[in-house]
Amino acid sequence: MSAFINHFSFEFRTGIRNKELLLMNYLFPLGFYVMAGMFVTELNPAFRETVIPSMILFAIMVSMLLGLPQPLVTAREVGIFRSYKINGVPAISILTIPALTTMLHTLIVAVVITATAPLIFDAPLPVNWPGFIVVFLLTAFAFIGISLLISVISSSSRATVLWSQLIFLPSMMIGGLMIPAHMMPDALARIGMLLPSTYSMSAFQRLAKNWTIGFDPYWSLAVLLAGGVLSFGLAIYLFCWDSHNRTQRGHPMLALLALLPYALGALLLW
Amino acid sequence: MNDSVIQVRDFRKIYGDVVAVDGISFEVKRGEIFGLLGPNGAGKTSTLESLEGLRIPDGGSLQVMGVDPAHQSRKLRNLIGVQLQTSALPDSITVEEAMKFFCAYHGVAPRYDLIDRLGLTEKRGAQHHQLSAGQQRRLVLALAIAHNPPVLFLDEPTAGLDVASRVELHNLMRELQAGGTTIVLATHDMAEAAEMADRVAILLRGKFAATGTPLDITATGAGLTKISVRTQGSSLSDSDITFPAVRRHVSKDEYSIYFSTDIGPTVSAIIDHIKSQGDTLIDLRVERPSLEDRFLEITTTGGIR
Repeated sequence: MSAFINHFSFEFRTGIRNKELLLMNYLFPLGFYVMAGMFVTELNPAFRETVIPSMILFAIMVSMLLGLPQPLVTAREVGIFRSYKINGVPAISILTIPALTTMLHTLIVAVVITATAPLIFDAPLPVNWPGFIVVFLLTAFAFIGISLLISVISSSSRATVLWSQLIFLPSMMIGGLMIPAHMMPDALARIGMLLPSTYSMSAFQRLAKNWTIGFDPYWSLAVLLAGGVLSFGLAIYLFCWDSHNRTQRGHPMLALLALLPYALGALLLW
Repeated sequence: MNDSVIQVRDFRKIYGDVVAVDGISFEVKRGEIFGLLGPNGAGKTSTLESLEGLRIPDGGSLQVMGVDPAHQSRKLRNLIGVQLQTSALPDSITVEEAMKFFCAYHGVAPRYDLIDRLGLTEKRGAQHHQLSAGQQRRLVLALAIAHNPPVLFLDEPTAGLDVASRVELHNLMRELQAGGTTIVLATHDMAEAAEMADRVAILLRGKFAATGTPLDITATGAGLTKISVRTQGSSLSDSDITFPAVRRHVSKDEYSIYFSTDIGPTVSAIIDHIKSQGDTLIDLRVERPSLEDRFLEITTTGGIR
């Protein structure tokens, strides 16, 4: 337990101490929130309705997709994992502790957004708080899984950026953050259902804000949970101590299985 | 009683078509400092990393205190301390945090005394990336021995250290050895191996080219002993003078330098000659072939067992 607490405490401080992580965990999400709140609500007053969930989702995506994988890949490449292995740090701690501390940073940002958005941008608060919290947790879990999977299968730091952007950019554009899914062309909306952010936004709107548009929120939660479990499990299975990432137990293409719940969602929930 | 702490039998390690280690066997006894020498690519790191549980052997068996490193990594982790060749720690971890972090995983109290002992007292709050290369190596060494492991693997421990730190490290190694710690030392520094190791093994293309004490190894070479002589007069200036067992003769900085295969007869003959010429001996130095000379001889000629 002492080892876990020590490791957690060190990773949490790293999330603030390291300038890149500070940027991804706090500065970028909060800066974007302020900018989007100021400008987008002026252009499109309806954005006020979704400013809290969409900016929380943005914070989750930035810290998880853009912040979490890179330090893990770098640590593997420079041999830190080998050093950990020799000293008895289990693989599960190497993956879960940075994920949990990133989640804690995101939670702090989510609290800041939720507390300030009604005051600054006149944004409505969620009406169903338990639903809001459940959607937040499952969204974070789903993105943690994907981020860990990216960090495990990436052959290099450069590849990590490409994989992360491959999820991040489409999520921003067609994942329901800036434009609600029901306002998009059918084809794009359907492609968007391959992304966790679509289910997350839908669940936020249905469950936390009692909207009537979107899919059954419980199915959205089930898809996020299944996606998180599958990608987290695959990340642990494919984890490798080796600096060159050549001794994985399975082929990196196995990671595509993590998209299965989202693909099923796109087929069955449409 | 078998006091062998490390047992390696017919160990092989292969990477694709390359045989990195080709069936080597050796034992290291309790409290011994065992030097593993060899040029780059000889198989030292593969051997060390297999003993540390970082690589799976492709043949043979390895045991560290009765534990199979490849399959019993949990048992192994408190038995060994490892200083890897590169200091692999997170950039932002401080010296104090690193000590707490690793000691917690080994289930022991942090050994801050080692931070002081290794000259890092003023750097306790410094992050890893703010330390010099030498300080980083000292920190990794402190972490490697913090849980009092009975077996210590040191890979190039003095690379990048200044003279004072190097002396301190050697003193620490001697203390650990006196306390019963077994040390496997991989190094390119032949002077260090000769000074510290009880036995050394020279690896060449995955096989042992020589094993034994540093003295044994230097004694078995074809190396010539260098005898440098300076006299008041010019009794040795005649280049036609011959002495027994001398293979080569040069003059440099007022010294006559003889390379001999057998120092006894050579030195006696030189002294007799100086006396017979009524000359006076000012200085006489005898330099045995060093481990480095022998190492170069082995690695350039291909070596013998």
